[in-house]
Amino acid sequence: MSNARTLRLRGPQAAYDALFSGSTRFFGIVVLALLGGVLAALVLGSTLAFKTFGLGFITSDSWNPVTNMFGALVPIYGTLVTSAIAMIIGIPLSFGVAVFITELCPTWLKRPLAIAIELLAGIPSIIYGIWGLFVLAPFLQSTIEPFLIATLGHTPIIGPLFKGPPLGIGVLTAGVILAIMVLPYISSIMRDVFETVPPMLKESAYGIGCTTWEVVWNIVLPYTRVGVVGGIMLGLGRAMGETMAVTFVIGNSHRIAVSLLAPGQTISSSLANEFTEAVGDLYQSSLIALGFVLFVITLIVLSAAKVMLLQLQRQAGS
Amino acid sequence: MAAIDFGRYGRRRIKSRVILSLSLGATAIGLFFLAAILGTLLYNGIAALHWALFSQDTPPPGSAGGLRNAIFGSVIMTLVGTLIGTPVGMLAGTYLAEYSQGSRVGKAILFINDILLSAPSIIVGLFVYQVMVVPMGHFSAWAGSAALAILVVPVVVRTTVEMLSLVPNQLREAAAAIGTPKWKIVTFISYRAAVQGLLTGVMLAVARISGETAPLLFTSLNNQFWSTNMDQPMANLPIVIFQFALSPYEDWQQLAWGGALLVTVAILCLNIAARSLANLSRST
Repeated sequence: MSNARTLRLRGPQAAYDALFSGSTRFFGIVVLALLGGVLAALVLGSTLAFKTFGLGFITSDSWNPVTNMFGALVPIYGTLVTSAIAMIIGIPLSFGVAVFITELCPTWLKRPLAIAIELLAGIPSIIYGIWGLFVLAPFLQSTIEPFLIATLGHTPIIGPLFKGPPLGIGVLTAGVILAIMVLPYISSIMRDVFETVPPMLKESAYGIGCTTWEVVWNIVLPYTRVGVVGGIMLGLGRAMGETMAVTFVIGNSHRIAVSLLAPGQTISSSLANEFTEAVGDLYQSSLIALGFVLFVITLIVLSAAKVMLLQLQRQAGS
Repeated sequence: MAAIDFGRYGRRRIKSRVILSLSLGATAIGLFFLAAILGTLLYNGIAALHWALFSQDTPPPGSAGGLRNAIFGSVIMTLVGTLIGTPVGMLAGTYLAEYSQGSRVGKAILFINDILLSAPSIIVGLFVYQVMVVPMGHFSAWAGSAALAILVVPVVVRTTVEMLSLVPNQLREAAAAIGTPKWKIVTFISYRAAVQGLLTGVMLAVARISGETAPLLFTSLNNQFWSTNMDQPMANLPIVIFQFALSPYEDWQQLAWGGALLVTVAILCLNIAARSLANLSRST
């Protein structure tokens, strides 16, 4: 492009050139327009709901197709809580995997291990769902949940979170499934950013007698902090938008329960369950409004993640 | 292994050992879940593998049947989605790698593309529902394919950009020096040098969409019968799995496991093939 002025093509080749570069630019803009189009479609579709309920839509916990009263609080709460559980379980696991692969693993095992973990990311959401429903939920119901009720259920502050019957299906199970699903995403980013640490820094620390753990905690982690947080945010964005796996195991109850063992609802699971059966404009518009809320939240989280990862890239480049 | 000094250094080393063995534990947990999921799939799925799976259509509850219509629908919609999405993604990626040269628009497109890559797929379903299903007045396989195409685009853009930027600039300069027009440089030099990488991107995109369920829920819906009409709802594996697994009928649940095994094996094979192809192109 920069030489276009000094050396100009003539004849049909010039036209082909313009055609080709024009069409690549056009489709580049299409990608930009896609995001705008999605946003516009969601805004348009949710206008009726927001006009009817105002901003109270976000803070209301009613969801009643019979009386046509809709509020987004229950699904928003479910989305936030399941993602929080996923992060609490998923971050330490992903960190462990990343540390093991970068610091401990013998070289010949690195690649196969990394591929195996990444295969977890290749398994589609619906498979996690069917596995969660038939294997994980009964397992949690018969072992982990009674244990949690018997131990943590009696502690003073967090006790209420673990009360109630062990159903197997519920917010906790959804969180656990999400934790497994985000593990490959977070750990592969952590692994990548850990590898950007200059060997000189690590070697200096080893040279003054640091242990492997001290190097990871005091050198590698502070150096890659932005990237690690970025990776976590990316995982968070994925967890919040995840649909099918959650729909299988969350129990689909439109009620905020204090206990994590109780069934609940996320934004995406209400969409998956109710959208095709939603009768009436207001019902459908409310569901689209839910989608709009989800899209805005994930946009913010994913943009933050991307900005952080770019920042680390720049730091590593300089 | 001499017990050097049980003072502070010894304690630090023990702490390090303990934490690092925890990291080994975390890796083991990750691998355990992979094995558990694949194991369950194989165990339940192989029991469901019969010839009928490929020769009969989805049955009404309580009778035997197969997944022929769903397999056909999935293959067709994945194919059409890939055929629409790939050129769009390739050209957009070409713009980013060959033309935009760090311009502001280029950076913005790349940024948005990475966000689309991780955006919830159910939102894409909602979008296509609004722009295609509502105006057309009914669910259709075209709408399903369009939703899948939208998911293909960011994957292909990403790999196209990465693979084209691996092509050494000397190749382009050599071609430019003998007076080759830019479009010929891109198609005959850059594309040819990166062809394996570009193919990898397409395979990863196919792997990504062939298991997608959420965007199909509101677009292609499902169809209990054999249908080749793209203008009508079409059966597809993910939604059949979803419906059948949540049903109370044993036959249906077994079919769901069979379908789940088929989808997963196809996707994992694609993933592994794509990965080895990418390695191949990197080493040559």
